[in-house]
Amino acid sequence: MDDILEILESNARISLEDLAKLTGKDIKSVEAAIKNYEKRGTIIKYKAVINRDKLEGAKGVMALIEVQVVPQKDVGFDMVAERIYKFPEVRSCFLLSGTYDLLLLIEGKDINTVANFVSEKLAPLSSVKGTTTHFMLKKYKEDGVILVKGDKNKRLNITY
Amino acid sequence: MIAKHIEQLAPSGIRQFFDLVLGMQDVISLGVGEPDFNAPWRVCEKAITALEAGYTSYTSNQGMLCLRRALSEHFHKHYRLSYDPDSEILVTTGVSEGLDLAVRALLKPRDKIVVVSPHYVAYPALPEINSNRVIYLVTKEEEQFKINPKALDALLKAGPKAIIINYPCNPTGASYNKEELKEIWRVLKKKEIVVISDEVYDELSYEGKHLPFAALDAQAKKRTILLNGFSKGYAMTGFRSGYVCADKKIVGAMTKIHSYSALCSPILSQIASTEALKAQKEVAYMRGEYKRRRDFMVKELNRIGLDCHRPEGAFYCFPSIKRYGLKSLDFSRGLLFGHKIAVVPGSAFGKEFDYYLRMSYANTFDNLKTAIVRIEKYISGLKKR
Repeated sequence: MDDILEILESNARISLEDLAKLTGKDIKSVEAAIKNYEKRGTIIKYKAVINRDKLEGAKGVMALIEVQVVPQKDVGFDMVAERIYKFPEVRSCFLLSGTYDLLLLIEGKDINTVANFVSEKLAPLSSVKGTTTHFMLKKYKEDGVILVKGDKNKRLNITY
Repeated sequence: MIAKHIEQLAPSGIRQFFDLVLGMQDVISLGVGEPDFNAPWRVCEKAITALEAGYTSYTSNQGMLCLRRALSEHFHKHYRLSYDPDSEILVTTGVSEGLDLAVRALLKPRDKIVVVSPHYVAYPALPEINSNRVIYLVTKEEEQFKINPKALDALLKAGPKAIIINYPCNPTGASYNKEELKEIWRVLKKKEIVVISDEVYDELSYEGKHLPFAALDAQAKKRTILLNGFSKGYAMTGFRSGYVCADKKIVGAMTKIHSYSALCSPILSQIASTEALKAQKEVAYMRGEYKRRRDFMVKELNRIGLDCHRPEGAFYCFPSIKRYGLKSLDFSRGLLFGHKIAVVPGSAFGKEFDYYLRMSYANTFDNLKTAIVRIEKYISGLKKR
């Protein structure tokens, strides 16, 4: 992977100036490369990884929902997936192999919100055969970032 | 009560500065001679599993055969170098032990040994402990701190039995391409001298692939004690895992001493090291990171007024402070107490290098950036010569 992408993937907020310094390129060419990546869809968006346990007040709930669906003629799972991932409650949607078909990541303000989504929006869909909902209790790692504790630097200040 | 030559042994310059830094808060340290990465998780996981499985015993003196075989394969695959795992490889407790064994196996008291400076702190110390005479081959900044074959040739007239070379070099990052190594070997092969080649930073070479000294030709291989380990390239300093590759007669002699003084390298470290050789992807990632930081540091140091040559490997910059007229310890103290940046004074690596500093870039980019700002502020208050 290109140096610029590698750095942005771990720190999307790095300045163009620092990115240029780290890659040994000039600012203009770094800027142009990023624009090109954005245009081609290599870079889709920039987002923050938030540790919701640290939020003050209502933190909301998250749930993983396994969904068994009936694939439709000619379009397979794609049409069904589209019907489902367009719900704003669905943060992520994956098609998987195995005992169920779609895995959804749902976010709601409380358990009732998620339960209502399942019972009123998801389960009634004719293409949905069954659902299993798992509420998330604790996040340890997300997007490659360990949320529970950082790797503290245990080095001495001066060594050989 | 204490032997005179030990009493007279100077404490490491790094250690002296370490005592100053100890206890200070919020210091950004560029004085650290170890990776800022943790050991690859697959390595730690292997050590944990091994401990759970009850691997808590001694191993053979020479080290576990599985590790020696893996090392033999590694050298063949990466450098086309063949070492017999049964007789030409010894696993040691870090490279430091390998160096100690090499010196003790080769040299009688009062024998001479060449140390190339600036040098890692142990290179003169271990021969001195062994009552040997150290002859220094002083390299120059204008020659990128590389061995000058003519100067080496002149030194060999004193009849040293061995020479310690180290590349990529701690503290300068200097390294050699094939032609440069051949020039050095052309001078050395005329004499009966053993080359102790510390190549612990081989994985951290940024300008082309590292070439072991022993890979030059069959005769060079026979006369070279190759020292290496997992501390730097694999970020495993605390595992204290090193090894020696050499002619079987030399390995036999070193193993004899090792069997009395250390018995064997810790078993968990040996198991972890066997796994580490499979972690080439992680090693390549770390190398890429260091290279970026090197490019940043060299450019920035030169920009703010610290003349710095371009290191070809390891993770150190060795900038000159000549133009500020301060000796390295005074300069470093000022930087530490005034701006909370720790560096290692050049004097720790040889008395001729009192106008240099060792700065490690094994640190986060944010820390390096802040360090540059603080160093710039510090030197803007110093009078240039």
